[in-house]
Amino acid sequence: MKNRLLEFVVAVSAVALLSVTTTAGAGTLEDVKKRGVLRCVVSTGVAGFAYPDKSGVWKGFDIDFCRATAAAVLGDSKKIKAVTSTGKTRFTKLNANEGDVLWRNTTITFSRDVGVKLRFHGVNYYDGQGFMVNKKLGVKSAKELNGASICIQTGTTTELNLADYFHANGMKYEAVPIETNDEARQNYVGGRCDVYTTDASGLAATRSTFSDPNNHIILPEIISKEPLGPATRHGDDQWSDIVTWVYYATVTAEEKGVTQANVDKMKSSKDPEILRLLGVEGAQGKELGLSKDWAYNIIKQIGNYGEIFERNIGVKTPIGLSRGLNDLWTRGGLQYAPPFR
Amino acid sequence: MAVISENGANTRNLITRLWSNRETRSVIIQIVTLTVIFATLAFIFRNVVINLDARGKEFNFDFLFHPAAYDITFSPFIEYSSRSTHLRAAVVGILNTLLVAACGIVLATLLGFIMGILRLSSNWIVNRTVYCFLEFTRNVPVLLHILFVHGLIVIQLPVPKKAVNLADSFFLTNRGFFIPKPVWESGSGLVAVVLLISIAFVVLFKRWAKKAQDSTGRVYPVLGISTGVIVGATALAFLAADMPLSWNIPELRGFNFSGGIAIKPEFIALWLALSYYTSSFIAEIVRGGILAISHGQTEAAHALGLRPNRTLQLIIIPQALRVIVPPLASQYLNLTKNSSLAIAIGYMDVVATVGGITLMQTGKEMETMIIVLLTYLVFSLIISGFMNLYNKKMALVER
Ligand SMILES: N[C@@H](CCC(=O)N[C@@H](CS)C(=O)NCC(=O)O)C(=O)O
Repeated sequence: MKNRLLEFVVAVSAVALLSVTTTAGAGTLEDVKKRGVLRCVVSTGVAGFAYPDKSGVWKGFDIDFCRATAAAVLGDSKKIKAVTSTGKTRFTKLNANEGDVLWRNTTITFSRDVGVKLRFHGVNYYDGQGFMVNKKLGVKSAKELNGASICIQTGTTTELNLADYFHANGMKYEAVPIETNDEARQNYVGGRCDVYTTDASGLAATRSTFSDPNNHIILPEIISKEPLGPATRHGDDQWSDIVTWVYYATVTAEEKGVTQANVDKMKSSKDPEILRLLGVEGAQGKELGLSKDWAYNIIKQIGNYGEIFERNIGVKTPIGLSRGLNDLWTRGGLQYAPPFR
Repeated sequence: MAVISENGANTRNLITRLWSNRETRSVIIQIVTLTVIFATLAFIFRNVVINLDARGKEFNFDFLFHPAAYDITFSPFIEYSSRSTHLRAAVVGILNTLLVAACGIVLATLLGFIMGILRLSSNWIVNRTVYCFLEFTRNVPVLLHILFVHGLIVIQLPVPKKAVNLADSFFLTNRGFFIPKPVWESGSGLVAVVLLISIAFVVLFKRWAKKAQDSTGRVYPVLGISTGVIVGATALAFLAADMPLSWNIPELRGFNFSGGIAIKPEFIALWLALSYYTSSFIAEIVRGGILAISHGQTEAAHALGLRPNRTLQLIIIPQALRVIVPPLASQYLNLTKNSSLAIAIGYMDVVATVGGITLMQTGKEMETMIIVLLTYLVFSLIISGFMNLYNKKMALVER
């Protein structure tokens, strides 16, 4: 009798559990609107890209794109929450819904797209992996690094590229795996490693925080392609569209010469694409599930792609990166947005 | 109407009867408990299935057989390269966890016993110094200890080019300690065989000596003879085989030392920090254990004419151990679990390898975490198993 009863009770409770309808999470857009805050997964701190300034306000290239998304969705670029994450935990945090979108110098790769089940939305920074060494070592090329100790951040494409590069060149190295950029910096400066390797943009950013930036050089070899871009979870097409077109809006604005300063004037431009972009004509905002001035808010509050670039990491900043590959296609770069039509 | 109400009354009656009967009540309680457990498990399982499905993920362990593609520089036990599989990377991680946990347990026990006994010293300075050290270490989180020791090594010790050089064979640097590595040459097999035989002999001799003591009361100098046999015989064999041992001395080549044995700062930091942190708890356990043995025992032993160190050895310690061992086991478990903080300084343990890089590169959160959890579970079960065995052996044999 005991067994039969047990079976019965277990069966009943199982059926009861199964019939609980999954409160199929409303789309991310609804969640964000209801919450009134956009949660962006960002790095724990990389100068120029994502870092809290002296008063604790988050600043940087990635942060500005996060703010642009908030401006588009909530109409206010201040309504963001930075969910910091190391290279190792970022996708888990995104997939566990601790953030709505990831803006964190993250390389688009096959396995992340297909295996980790992320959605990527274009490349907002074209990068490649480089090496930084102290000038004192007298090293001129990455090919001279046989036997060196190399600081890397774990859970990145960096450690995979490095393994491949040294394997392919028949060289050996001591990998010193580290969790955050800040710890990597300390270990590099403290001499635990001879070399620090990560995305070239990250190297420039890290070097800018040294007390003696001029004593360190970035070697000429760029050993990988690192197309960096935002990511969202699989399975929410509307949200994916929004993130994609937030980025395209900044690029299109630069291409059309729409800036933070002239965006109001541009509302009476003669160019129909500008009018569509700024929501004067057409119903693109509504189709995205946003207000019609979503892109206007981005440009007004944050600026176009070029403005975001120059303000945070451009040649006039301590990071000092030139546009290079990240210039508009019209000037020989790769930044190119599909038409707003 | 009447029928129904009668039925209702009957049912109520039945339930009260079942409940007031001790046996059926326990059955009911068991059923309810089991139901709750099953329901929880079912709920968790269902949740996992739904969520994995919603993300379009499959649950399988195939990834373990694909190339890991990342390097692990610290793999003292097995060959590993970036072309090895994730499975092998996991094994490297598990072995590294095992290594630091085992070394940590040994050192923590040693330090713990020494400090526990020193805490009982009648010398005020010794007593207080140890007390202060224990209070300090116990009250600072272990993660800070780990970062502190690692920072000390990396920042205070010189770079390889300026290594602290001891006798041209030991080098201390901020990239680790480099020591000569023994290289066994032909003929060393003989030495090993002799060593094993002498150990076997010593074990037999010990048994015999104990029997002899039990029956005749004669005490043999077991320790002296044992050491003599082992050291003497092995040394003779070593000489006879023409000293089949040479040393591979580390030397600076390019950026780093090569050759010899490299003990990495990450290992040293984790090992030392875990050891002294845990030892501060063990010291208190040891002190408590010794204090738990009533002073009358010592007096009785002295009255029987036992010398003080024999008293400690034969009367106090065996009894104190019975008090010490159970809480000691939980300290060992703590140390093992705390070793998962390795990632903070980049020591490649099981969390850093499968639970970290592999998880990240493959997106297999569920699967990798299961591996990590099982690893700790197995370690914990082994430790408690051993401690239980030992405890049984040590427990009072009542006649
Ligand atoms: N793009 C590579 C590397 C990204 C990466 O880890 N970059 C470093 C340095 S540029 C970083 O963001 N660190 C931030 C942190 O420490 O939180 C990837 O996606 O795996």
